[in-house]
Amino acid sequence: MKKSIEKNKWGMVVVGCSSGGLGALKEVLFPLPSSFPLPIIIVQHLHPEGESYLASYLDGHCQLSVKEAEDKEKIDPGFVYTAPPNYHVLIEKERTLSLSVDAPVVYSRPSIDVLFESVPPFMAKHTIAILLTGANNDGTKGMLYIHRHGGLTIVQNPENAESSLMPQSAINAVQVDHLLDLEEMAPLLIQLSRD
Amino acid sequence: MDNEAIEINLLLEAIYQKYGYDFKEYADASMRRKILHRLELFKLSNISEMTHRVLHEQEFFEILLQDFYTSVTEMFRDPSYYQALRKAVIPILKTYSHPRIWVAGCASGEEAYSLAILLKEEGLYDRSQIYATDLDKNAIKKARDGLYSAELLRKYTSNYQKAGGVESFSDYYVAQNQNAVMDPSLKQKILFSTHNLVSDDSFNEMHLISCRNVLIYFKKALQERVLGLFHRSLCRQGILCLGAKESLHFTSHDDAFETLMNHEKIYRKK
Repeated sequence: MKKSIEKNKWGMVVVGCSSGGLGALKEVLFPLPSSFPLPIIIVQHLHPEGESYLASYLDGHCQLSVKEAEDKEKIDPGFVYTAPPNYHVLIEKERTLSLSVDAPVVYSRPSIDVLFESVPPFMAKHTIAILLTGANNDGTKGMLYIHRHGGLTIVQNPENAESSLMPQSAINAVQVDHLLDLEEMAPLLIQLSRD
Repeated sequence: MDNEAIEINLLLEAIYQKYGYDFKEYADASMRRKILHRLELFKLSNISEMTHRVLHEQEFFEILLQDFYTSVTEMFRDPSYYQALRKAVIPILKTYSHPRIWVAGCASGEEAYSLAILLKEEGLYDRSQIYATDLDKNAIKKARDGLYSAELLRKYTSNYQKAGGVESFSDYYVAQNQNAVMDPSLKQKILFSTHNLVSDDSFNEMHLISCRNVLIYFKKALQERVLGLFHRSLCRQGILCLGAKESLHFTSHDDAFETLMNHEKIYRKK
């Protein structure tokens, strides 16, 4: 058996959000320094015919480089990847990203559940999953999956979320590790990235 | 490797050896999602149990095969792509006496019909031949029938208009019960047939190949092979159209094509 030596506990951050997500993402990502070592992959629900503005918008507001996910692209530290409109994003075991046009899940493509549940089991235990504001329950199954595989789950406090349904649904289903307001997220992520 | 990954490899190997369908070079993440979804629906305890049933029950295999095939498309998906075809590609096709067009991975036919409509409106349809292929014989049957749920028509009509459609979309179908039946004249120049991009070879010299949102389901090595097949199948200066999020960049075929429209992923063989 190959023995893997884990230098760091956490290897990747996955984030899901829907309505109100743009403002929330800005608050979470903006304080992260360009040296933040964990790659971040984001599903923000978008109108299927919308232009791919999300990545360029966030890139203008973040110290990290933000780009839209490309098919079979290597996942690199220092980058934030966003799902393109009308495509699911999935994570391959080679640490690359895949796109798919499979049917929408919870009426959503991209879907948060599809991204979170695509994290291979051996990576899931090194994955931090964050669920933010949103008005449907996409992401709940995904959070449950990450939790069951030993990953870390962080949910935005629904009381202060622009739309409480998505975080509330996850809290009802999963024993989440951290229930936080937006401004508390970046400091925790920075601290976790040193573990 | 974790057990699940091993079990998936064994399942795909069993399918290959028993039925000859090769999914081993399909991108793992999407295959894994489909397999786990079926596992949950049938309340099976693990993937090895699924492999056992695949080997011993052909009906079970057929169900799984349909899971693997399912991809969702629509008429005039990505309207800006069709606008680009009108603007940059149709004038090139018009220089050929009998343009041959291959829609590779046509699924249930939506894109082939969209192209047929486009060619009709550009006065090119009658001298064109569209080959629409997919490896799923059920999808090909559906494509041949040209029967689509009436629920989708509003979306299709809106796509058509955004794509620069100059007629009324309702001229191209007849409403029948809950369905829209595509106008039979649109089928005259479409040859629907099964073809497996993994194992079948080139079958004619094409002026245009459209293969949209198919390559994303393949691993890199298979993507390379299929692009090689397209390169072989195109005439000199033939046109290759990929999906909006697919690209020739970072493949070994990048140098063999020039970019006709970068944003719409339309390339031209050198």
